[in-house]
Amino acid sequence: MAEAVLQIFRGDSKGGAAKECHVPLAPGMVVLDALHYVQAHQLPDLAVRWNCKAGKCGSCSAEVNGHPRLTCKTRMDALPLDKPITIFPMKSFPVIKDLVTDVSWNFRVNKKIPPFQPRAGAEWKFDQKDVDRVQEFRKCIECFLCQNVCHVLRDHGKKEEFGGPRFFVRVAGLEMHPMDGASRAALLRKELGIGLCNITKCCTEVCPEEIHITDNAIIPLKERVVDEFYDPLLMLVRKIRGAK
Amino acid sequence: MAELVSPSAAGPSYGKTQRRDTWWVEIIPVVVLLGGFGAYATLRAFEGRFYEWGPYLSPLYSPLIDPNHHWWPFSPALLILAGPLGFRVTCYYYRKAYYRAFFLDPPACAVSESRHSYRGETAFPFILQNVHRYFLYLAVLFLVFLWRDAIHAFFFDGSVGVGVGTLVLLGNVILLSIYTLSCHSLRHLSGGKLDCFSCAAFGGPRYKTWQWLSVLNQRHMLWAWASLLSVGFADLYVRLVSCGAIRDVRLH
Repeated sequence: MAEAVLQIFRGDSKGGAAKECHVPLAPGMVVLDALHYVQAHQLPDLAVRWNCKAGKCGSCSAEVNGHPRLTCKTRMDALPLDKPITIFPMKSFPVIKDLVTDVSWNFRVNKKIPPFQPRAGAEWKFDQKDVDRVQEFRKCIECFLCQNVCHVLRDHGKKEEFGGPRFFVRVAGLEMHPMDGASRAALLRKELGIGLCNITKCCTEVCPEEIHITDNAIIPLKERVVDEFYDPLLMLVRKIRGAK
Repeated sequence: MAELVSPSAAGPSYGKTQRRDTWWVEIIPVVVLLGGFGAYATLRAFEGRFYEWGPYLSPLYSPLIDPNHHWWPFSPALLILAGPLGFRVTCYYYRKAYYRAFFLDPPACAVSESRHSYRGETAFPFILQNVHRYFLYLAVLFLVFLWRDAIHAFFFDGSVGVGVGTLVLLGNVILLSIYTLSCHSLRHLSGGKLDCFSCAAFGGPRYKTWQWLSVLNQRHMLWAWASLLSVGFADLYVRLVSCGAIRDVRLH
């Protein structure tokens, strides 16, 4: 039977090493299956976070051959088997154990975002065309692969100043909602540091839900920030109209 | 056990990655094409001659201002190139392309960088990317002149005709128009900025416009490259005809 060689990270935040394991291949096998095989037969204490094995819970994010991916959606037959397959935890987050990382920073960022605030006196009736955009953002499964691959977090470590693509998607979903009455432009500019994003689209490339994060969320939000803070004509118009 | 690693504790060092694919191949065409076009356009802008022949005018020199050097002693292209250049430099697609290819920031996804003083687009000079929409307004103005040039290219000494140059200039202005229409800022200004299409004044037409521009916007990268190459080709064609290296073929 054909087999694959895996190099799986074993360790914690203090350090670790790649452990080599051999796994027999089966038709339709995904990387998470291979990890389960290793857990069952070779490393019973291997830490792997997973839930649905259907690409919907966003738990099994890892770096397979250096690519941030959901292990449950990465087929073994799509990987070159002539060399060992490396499976490492997400680089941007602290390792708890083996492939399990501490992603709690994301939940702290989430708390900075004012939730949905209904427009005062609005009639609760809107067309489908008003929510088409927002529905794309609702597909997010919070796998945090976009956060992991974003170089602002990954290489520059700007966790204090930057929200990251996942939360730009969330803000876009709120800002573009026809019934929402709050403006989060100042939050985007300051607390979430949208100006740090240089739109290199890695977040879009790794999104397993194929959300057009950069084109449909980040760039439209950058344009809204420009409306508010960088467009002198619009600022003048607002001043003449006496708007805040 | 293989080598000792600590994935999250490891500091960034340039080019470090576990990726095994040839990630660096992605940036080569950008460096070659963007760098090549930049060098060619700079040389042509300073050349100051061979920019028109018969009814043809090079897009790098349009609109043609003070060609007889009454008040501007240098190449007329230098008076106008800041407009189209600014539009491309601040374009959301080109930003991605040159941040990756020239600034290596990042060189590719999940490939490490080594810079520690990253400020993105929050400080000078990159904070100026926020004026993209003003270059869009200028680009629309330039398109008016380029369409005028393309129509003018149908008229040879008072008679209507079609030469290869006519088609080259027409193709160029069509690609430039599509590139401009696919702009992210235009998509925002046309309707993307609205939260509720059905509640806003002219919401229906603005929604339709936004939808159409969104379709074009999905291929913004394609239009960016196609229009860049067409500008270079149109200028080269006019130059070669103008200096006598080739003859323009009349088709009609």
